[in-house]
Amino acid sequence: MKESPLREPLLIGEKSYAIITADITAPIRQKPHKLWFAGITLSSLLAGIGVFAMSLTVWQGTGLWGINRTIGWGWAITNLVWWIGIGHAGTFISAILLLFRQKWRTSINRSAEAMTIFAVMCAGIFPLIHMGRLPLAHYILPYPNTRGVWVNFNSPLLWDVVAISTYLLVSVLFWYMGMIPDLATLRDRVKNKYLQPLYKFLSLGWTGSARHWSRHESMSLVLAGLAAPLVLSVHSIVSFDFATSVIPGWHTTIFPPYFVAGAIFSGFAMVLTLMLIARKAMNLEDYITIGHVESMNKIIIAMGSIVGIAYITELFMAWYSGSIYERFVFYNRAMGPYAWAYWIMMSCNVLWPQLLWFRRLRRSLVFTFILSIFINVGMWFERFVIVVTSLHRDFLPSSWSMYSPTPIEIAIFTGSLGIFFTLFLLFIRFFPVIAIAEVKGILKTSYAGYPKNDQLQ
Amino acid sequence: MKKLWTSLANYPPKNDPEAAKAVGTLVRRDPDWDEFLDDNTLEATTSRRDFLKLFGFSIATAAVAASCEQPVRKAIPYLIRPDEITPGKASYYASTFADGADYCSVLVKVRDGRPIKIEGNPLSAITRGGTSARVQASVLNLYDEARYKHPLISGKQADWEQLDKEVTASLDALNRAGRKVVLLTASLVSPSSLKLIEEFQQKFPVVAHCTYDAVSYSAMLEANQRVFGLELIPSYRFDKARLIVSFGADFLGTWLSTVEFTRQYAEGRSLTEGQQSISRHIQFESRLSLTGSNADERVLLKPSQEKQTLTALYNLLAARLGKEPYEDVQAPVNLDMLSRVLLENRGQSLVVSGSNEVSIQLLVNGINALLENYTTTIDLANPFLIKQGKDADMAGFVSDLENGNLGGVLFWDVNPVYDHPQGRMLKEAIEKLELSVSLSETCTETAAACRFVAPASHYLEAWDDAAVRPGSFSLAQPCIRPLFNTRQPQDSLLTWAGHTADYHGYIRQYWKENIYPVSGKVDFDTFWNTALRDGVFVTNPNPLLRPEFNTQALDEVLHAHPAVEAGFELELYEKTAIGAGRYSNNPWLQELPDPITKATWDNYLCVAPRDAAEQGWTDGDLLRIDDQITLPVLVQPGQMPGTLSAAVGYGRVVAGRVAEGVGQNVAPLIHPDNGIRQRWNVVASIQKVGQGYPIARTQTHTSMEGRDIIREASLREFLKNPSAGNEIQANAEIQRATLYQQYEYKGHHWGLAIDLNKCTGCSTCLVACSAENNVPVVGKEEVLRVHEMHWIRIDRYYEGSADQPRVYRQPVLCQHCDNAPCENVCPVAATNHSNEGLNQMAYNRCIGTRYCNNNCPYKVRRFNWFDYTMADSFKGNTRDPAGMTHDLKRMVLNPDVTVRSKGVIEKCSFCVQRIQEKKLEAKLENHPLADGEIQTACQQACPARALVFGDLNDKDSQVFRMFSDRRKYHLLEELNTLPSIGYLTRISHRGEKSILS
Repeated sequence: MKESPLREPLLIGEKSYAIITADITAPIRQKPHKLWFAGITLSSLLAGIGVFAMSLTVWQGTGLWGINRTIGWGWAITNLVWWIGIGHAGTFISAILLLFRQKWRTSINRSAEAMTIFAVMCAGIFPLIHMGRLPLAHYILPYPNTRGVWVNFNSPLLWDVVAISTYLLVSVLFWYMGMIPDLATLRDRVKNKYLQPLYKFLSLGWTGSARHWSRHESMSLVLAGLAAPLVLSVHSIVSFDFATSVIPGWHTTIFPPYFVAGAIFSGFAMVLTLMLIARKAMNLEDYITIGHVESMNKIIIAMGSIVGIAYITELFMAWYSGSIYERFVFYNRAMGPYAWAYWIMMSCNVLWPQLLWFRRLRRSLVFTFILSIFINVGMWFERFVIVVTSLHRDFLPSSWSMYSPTPIEIAIFTGSLGIFFTLFLLFIRFFPVIAIAEVKGILKTSYAGYPKNDQLQ
Repeated sequence: MKKLWTSLANYPPKNDPEAAKAVGTLVRRDPDWDEFLDDNTLEATTSRRDFLKLFGFSIATAAVAASCEQPVRKAIPYLIRPDEITPGKASYYASTFADGADYCSVLVKVRDGRPIKIEGNPLSAITRGGTSARVQASVLNLYDEARYKHPLISGKQADWEQLDKEVTASLDALNRAGRKVVLLTASLVSPSSLKLIEEFQQKFPVVAHCTYDAVSYSAMLEANQRVFGLELIPSYRFDKARLIVSFGADFLGTWLSTVEFTRQYAEGRSLTEGQQSISRHIQFESRLSLTGSNADERVLLKPSQEKQTLTALYNLLAARLGKEPYEDVQAPVNLDMLSRVLLENRGQSLVVSGSNEVSIQLLVNGINALLENYTTTIDLANPFLIKQGKDADMAGFVSDLENGNLGGVLFWDVNPVYDHPQGRMLKEAIEKLELSVSLSETCTETAAACRFVAPASHYLEAWDDAAVRPGSFSLAQPCIRPLFNTRQPQDSLLTWAGHTADYHGYIRQYWKENIYPVSGKVDFDTFWNTALRDGVFVTNPNPLLRPEFNTQALDEVLHAHPAVEAGFELELYEKTAIGAGRYSNNPWLQELPDPITKATWDNYLCVAPRDAAEQGWTDGDLLRIDDQITLPVLVQPGQMPGTLSAAVGYGRVVAGRVAEGVGQNVAPLIHPDNGIRQRWNVVASIQKVGQGYPIARTQTHTSMEGRDIIREASLREFLKNPSAGNEIQANAEIQRATLYQQYEYKGHHWGLAIDLNKCTGCSTCLVACSAENNVPVVGKEEVLRVHEMHWIRIDRYYEGSADQPRVYRQPVLCQHCDNAPCENVCPVAATNHSNEGLNQMAYNRCIGTRYCNNNCPYKVRRFNWFDYTMADSFKGNTRDPAGMTHDLKRMVLNPDVTVRSKGVIEKCSFCVQRIQEKKLEAKLENHPLADGEIQTACQQACPARALVFGDLNDKDSQVFRMFSDRRKYHLLEELNTLPSIGYLTRISHRGEKSILS
């Protein structure tokens, strides 16, 4: 008689500690696939074009972009918020799910954290290059100086600098800390004469002693405790850029929770996009199972619904506030010249994710992949709608204007995607995409074949 | 076992002498250095390598140190300081701008020997301290690269001696041969110059003087000649008129003396001094003009219907007055009520027409005579002496030239090859002449056709005088030595006539003989110096004149009704900035948005919305007119269906890099009718030949969307309730409650009041601001990309139907909010608040996040998208299509205002440099600042006196009085930004019962 598992197994196939190590370190030990070379060529080409476009912008001026007198922020800030949003999944998965003791995170946390770091790095590019005078960017740091000038602590942009850099720092620490045991594994396995010393250096003398493990575990908890509030604070602070302004469509108290939910939503979508490709390309189907995908989809529908409620609340508040400017902005979003962007956002973020209520669709890899792309697009448009449609028709109709990106702006955006994928491809080539030690930790509890398999050591 | 030490206390071990020694030499020196520095070099172990290392290091250090050195710039002080020049302190010289089309008495601001700004001369009784856009921009013409830098003979550089010799020889030869030579000038208002021309003619009797105005007012001269026997253009008093009826006369924009009329008009509309009434203004016109947009009622009329309408009006008035009416003519509008109201305002009304058709001007004279307006609102005794060109004279000249009857022509300040309809023919004829001399200041189409170019000096480099009205004299004096090898035309004529005196001496002599005797001053030098200092000298005007009206001339007109062809009627007009095109090469004027269309850098065909719908035309469609000229369409609300309008002054071929290739020359579209140059014509053919032509406009949305941006009420409502139209202001004051402590301004608190009743929208303030604050010019491409830089703009909205919109207008500049949204979002505190209420910008602190610009509800902040000014630290990235960074043009920069680099936000500073200057002056002179002592550039330039700047803490100041007016409101005051700019509600007769329906 078929025994129904209490929980769906998180590992399938023929597994042992040795097999797990062998499976996960395989991409590092073997020569990369042709597709990997194709991928990195394409992404670094995009990155190169992007960097050229960025240099041109810094040299010639932000006038190369389509932004203007009325719309001071365009694609750059849209991209900033989008990338920061994507950067939310990693820390959410590793920190908050760790605190909630969700075991299914172990298969995805490593790559999600890497994605977080690369996304935050991509995000960090945009506030820098959108500045009119990049060489003076250090003015934004509160350091003592002979000019006797201090920064303006009232400005949300300053809070941004602090929030994003803290987030990047903690994310990198958390990621690296978690990777130390695996780096030691690599140190012992990898034969390459250049890489081996590198892993040796990075593994900080890890021997796997009980004392090491004890310190490692407690440090993980401490960092998780530090990182968890950051997940909530970073995007709240990014949302303050808009919420503390006077511009209708920006000046909204709902923004912090709305932005955080949206960020986790988009982050999970990006994790899904990447993981669905990675599990196929790197033969990790046993580690990232349909069950993992379903768990992620459950979070996606929860977050998607929060975002949907936020959209509708915004519309209601615009009507209820009685402010003609507020009402107009939302009417204009839905019916004005940028209505197409609004409806892309609405359908991608609110409508299609609702299909996940069907179990079969939650467990369909094809559907999930397509939906994750839709959500990535939808969340980009959400930021575009917020940034551009609020600005383009604000208080005085005399200043109303339109915005469209120039090829330079598009090249910078695709360049940031190029940088992201280049870094990610390098990551999967040189670091374990799945936390080996952590997956081993759940082998006894969440592996379908465990009780019957006497090969286990 | 090896002994280990555990702390410094037991180190060194007491019985280890080696270790103790080592501790004694705590300061360890690098053995290599020791050896190297040792005197015993021969025994030294310093290797060749060490030597090379040190050698290399010193070379590298020297190289780095040398290349870091800044170039030495020497500032050489005056050995003997010239009188009146204090480095860093501006001097003002009175002068006169008179170019034949415009007159303005001005003060020239000179900093360190360079004229950098033009202000109005408040002593002038005519312009009264006001200026126009062209006057403001004229200082930049001084630094125009398109100016001739030396004399030319057949296009080659020559010197004056050679040119003088050849021209004099040629004149002598022609004189002896008795061949006619014409001296073609624009209207000359200089009495000395006119006398000089007489003397020139005495020397060369074959020379005839002909006056040619690019935009002719010949019909007015002729009409006054016919009915009064006085060939003149009278003076008008718009301030005395209670009812103004204008038939297409754009008297606030381009018609005759606009600076003077704008002030008069604004006074007639003023309600700030307790007035209980304002003038009523009715405009009949086919295109939406600046004047029409200010009118209480606007009636659409085709140019061809004007005569019919005026005839009907004349008949109605005559009938009401019991005079003999002429044959009944059907007018397109019901004029019954208008005629009644006109008669009610007899002697206090004014009817004017912008037409150049004699019959129309005769009718206008007839109507004004019936209304007894002569001697009250129209002054024939003190005529306006600008625009003296007669079409018949010019027609004679053209036919003489065409038929080869002329031996030579001297062109002075005129450019008929460009602006005359038969320009192409003129060019060919001029090239065939024996003697063709141009006395032009900059390169022009006509000068290019001439054999000799005797380049003229700019008016700021020259002496001149003007008598624009009998009894109103003014002087122009040079404020800088000629920048190039140029000579003012009067000096050229004097030289050619064999005079030894220069023109300065000539003017002095003229004034001594003709003007000084009536002055009653003791000695001439005192008189001369006073007049020169003041810029103006006024004697008693002529006594009023009530000449006999010759009705016979009118009879002939009233019975003639020529049929008008069907078809689109094309009207040519002047834009307020570019005018007839003489200053097209001025970037400030090209970039100045048209007050109505808000278009820059182009001319176009204004098309009525109804026609556009019927013909399927949209903005940017290219239409070919009469198979001659292709112009883009601009659908203009308020345009009369069946008519098209296009601006003259564009399509210059030889004018300099700024003007060339901008727009199309429309002058050839209208052929002179018996020599009379009409302003309109029936178009023979229109073909659509293309589409998608971009017109750079600074405002593209025209509706106020029902927001309380510009508040307006009718006079009737205002008289009942002074807060009419502004009722919500009281509510806004109540809602201004706050939990936070408000900053208290203890010293000054600067504020600016803008009276929307007075602002006509002429846009002079924009040019004044650009000149004062070094605002960059960005060019058409950048304006198209919404990157224009003006610190002040005039918002224009339409309301109502597209056929007959009501126009609303409002100058918007930085509101200097005391609760400014821009200030708290700047991460580096580059924009902050002064303790006098100024919203300040520290340009060198700005890093260009543009957050402030996004958060500004008024969108008055401007970002330097590119390096427009060459102030950037990166090289090779300057974008300067208008050549404003040329070394010559940079001489116009105001040294008191920083030139901003790429990537920096800039905006109105309330002319903080002027505030500081006056505060310092008052402090040094130890007196409190008087109200009105500080004037912002926009305020000072405003011909309507619509802007008032001052201290809101001074309860006696004019600005405080205006802020206490119940008409005052703040823009977007519900946002609680607490602006320091107050607007006064526009009160007009709009919304009252129409007198034309």
